[in-house]
Amino acid sequence: MELIELHGIEKTYQMGDISVPVLKGISLSIRQGELIALTGSSGSGKSTLMNILGCLDRPTTGEYWLDSQETSRLSSDERALLRNRKLGFVFQSFNLLARTSAIENVAMPLSYAAENLSDREARGRAAEMLGRVGLADRLDHYPSQLSGGQQQRVAIARALINRPPVLFADEPTGNLDSRTSEEVLQMFERLNSEDGITIIMVTHDPKVAGYAQRVIRIDDGLIQGDVPAAGPESEAQGGAV
Amino acid sequence: MRVFTTARTAFKALRRNPMRAMLTTLGIVIGVGAVIAMMEIGAGSSSSLKKTIASMGANVLVIRPGTASSGGISFGVGTTTTLTPQDCQAILRECPAIHNAAPIVRARTQVVYGNRNWVPNTMYGTTPAFLDVQDWSILAEGEPFSDRDVLNGNRVCLLGQTLVRELFEGESPVGKEIRIKNISFRVIGVLTPKGANMMGQDQDDVILAPWTTIKYRVTGSSLSTTNQSASTAATDTVNTLSNLYPADQISLYPERSSVQQADNPMPVRFANIESIMAAANNAGEISLAIEQMTALLRERHHLRADEPDDFSIRDMAELTKTLSTTTTLMTNLLLAVAMISLVVGGVGIMNIMLVSVTERTREIGLRMAVGARGRDILQQFLVEAVVLCLTGGAMGIVLGHGGSLLVQLLLKWPVETSPAAIATAVLVSAGVGIIFGFYPAWKASRFDPIEALRFE
Repeated sequence: MELIELHGIEKTYQMGDISVPVLKGISLSIRQGELIALTGSSGSGKSTLMNILGCLDRPTTGEYWLDSQETSRLSSDERALLRNRKLGFVFQSFNLLARTSAIENVAMPLSYAAENLSDREARGRAAEMLGRVGLADRLDHYPSQLSGGQQQRVAIARALINRPPVLFADEPTGNLDSRTSEEVLQMFERLNSEDGITIIMVTHDPKVAGYAQRVIRIDDGLIQGDVPAAGPESEAQGGAV
Repeated sequence: MRVFTTARTAFKALRRNPMRAMLTTLGIVIGVGAVIAMMEIGAGSSSSLKKTIASMGANVLVIRPGTASSGGISFGVGTTTTLTPQDCQAILRECPAIHNAAPIVRARTQVVYGNRNWVPNTMYGTTPAFLDVQDWSILAEGEPFSDRDVLNGNRVCLLGQTLVRELFEGESPVGKEIRIKNISFRVIGVLTPKGANMMGQDQDDVILAPWTTIKYRVTGSSLSTTNQSASTAATDTVNTLSNLYPADQISLYPERSSVQQADNPMPVRFANIESIMAAANNAGEISLAIEQMTALLRERHHLRADEPDDFSIRDMAELTKTLSTTTTLMTNLLLAVAMISLVVGGVGIMNIMLVSVTERTREIGLRMAVGARGRDILQQFLVEAVVLCLTGGAMGIVLGHGGSLLVQLLLKWPVETSPAAIATAVLVSAGVGIIFGFYPAWKASRFDPIEALRFE
């Protein structure tokens, strides 16, 4: 079984008496170690799909198997545990805690982890993560003292602190200029190739999608295209399914 | 470990907005401060009250004659004359719980020395036992009168400090003669100062003499008159029909001159006394002493089983209880006011926590996205509220304690530190935090992470 498998996922929002179907039956499988871009125009349902993939939301019907576990009927507490252990999130607007140092921002998810790390172990792990994203000398800086690219790298370190197999990035470069965007995307590639982390990026920027090995295009609640991207990196990786 | 981390997170969250946190806790600070100050001042005054009452002789019992009544109208305690000096002696002889007892006869009249005069507040005719009952045996000067003086009706007296000051202007009165209603008394001793009692009455404004002397020479000088003004008025009033309002008693016998009265006092029918002051062996035996005296006096007064007592016994313990009830009531009242301010403070906490929850919606969403469960969020905000309240409580304890010390220093009020008050304050402030922090925390825990992350 693959890392992620979706079978006939549908999501319908109830707006009073009117039901609005957003996802109309999506089936998809994602292997361990893929670098995927999820694209589509706004209103296409890609954010909803992302929320379901990220276990933030539940599908109306359909099955979602994550790491051999059916998740679509889990309670909110069980999904919280799942998010903590298996999923990492990077947001467009970074979402760092203000007036909180980088290292504490990174260590924050550990306080909700089942394994009770001591304070020193937690700081140690957070420092190691910040080192991996190249911010070993910025441990005690506050978000306001960091540039946009640095803030997003802190957010990536935070997403990876619990060593999840899957990393979700929702428009990760939306608030960054082109140079820092490239830095962040290169970091995603490195994490993907060196650590084998499955990365799913939601974007409508073709340049970002260009870094992916596989581009899934959503339109009007259905998958309209699922193709291996023609980027040089993806060729080096040997393509995707 | 997790609670510790949560508490630290809460501290950090509060430190991000210290001014707001300070203002929020102000309600709790004032509330807890008020509670502490009230409890300390209350405890101090009630214990000083107890001390005062103990120094007054907490084991003293006062027996007074009962009420007279006529045609359904009762005239109040002391209107019958049922107590006799023999009752007093019997109490002393037959009640083992009684340590000493003294009869008391009162008078209120002018005392003259040289060209100065004074009307003492208290003029008691009694026996030497009175000094023992009142714990007043040590005299400032001279010596007390004896039982022989009582038997003979000798004209001797003991003066309180106020009288010494008013009549003698500081010179020693021992051996001097003073006049009470034109009867000369020799001062043989001076009482030690006792100050005011708890009702504010000057206890030194007192003159003590043998009860026989007061009874037969000063007040009970004849059968028909007990009152000086009535007797003098009677001498020069002509009994005439033109007197529309004859207020005076009509004398059936020719008026005797005061010389005659002094030389040859007419005996009263039986020597009644106004009250008996008895001291129980100790405060614990007061109820036993009351029982024994009640039985004895009922027997001596030949009362049938269905007749009410013709006397009443008052104990200071009752007074003590009444007064301590009063102070407890006052303390509780002030405590209630302080509690109201705590509730108001709690509402302030709730308000600010609600604002804080709204303001930190994105943070809550993020925490949920990285794996915080609803109950983790609930715990975080609840701990934050409790930390806020406990910090306020700690400051309130300092403030309240400081306030009560200041009261002690400036107003000289007695104050007592009470650990119970501090424990209560800590519990109450934590409780306020939990109660008023719960709703905002619960609200935060119910957020949808997707909505929360999208919140601007």
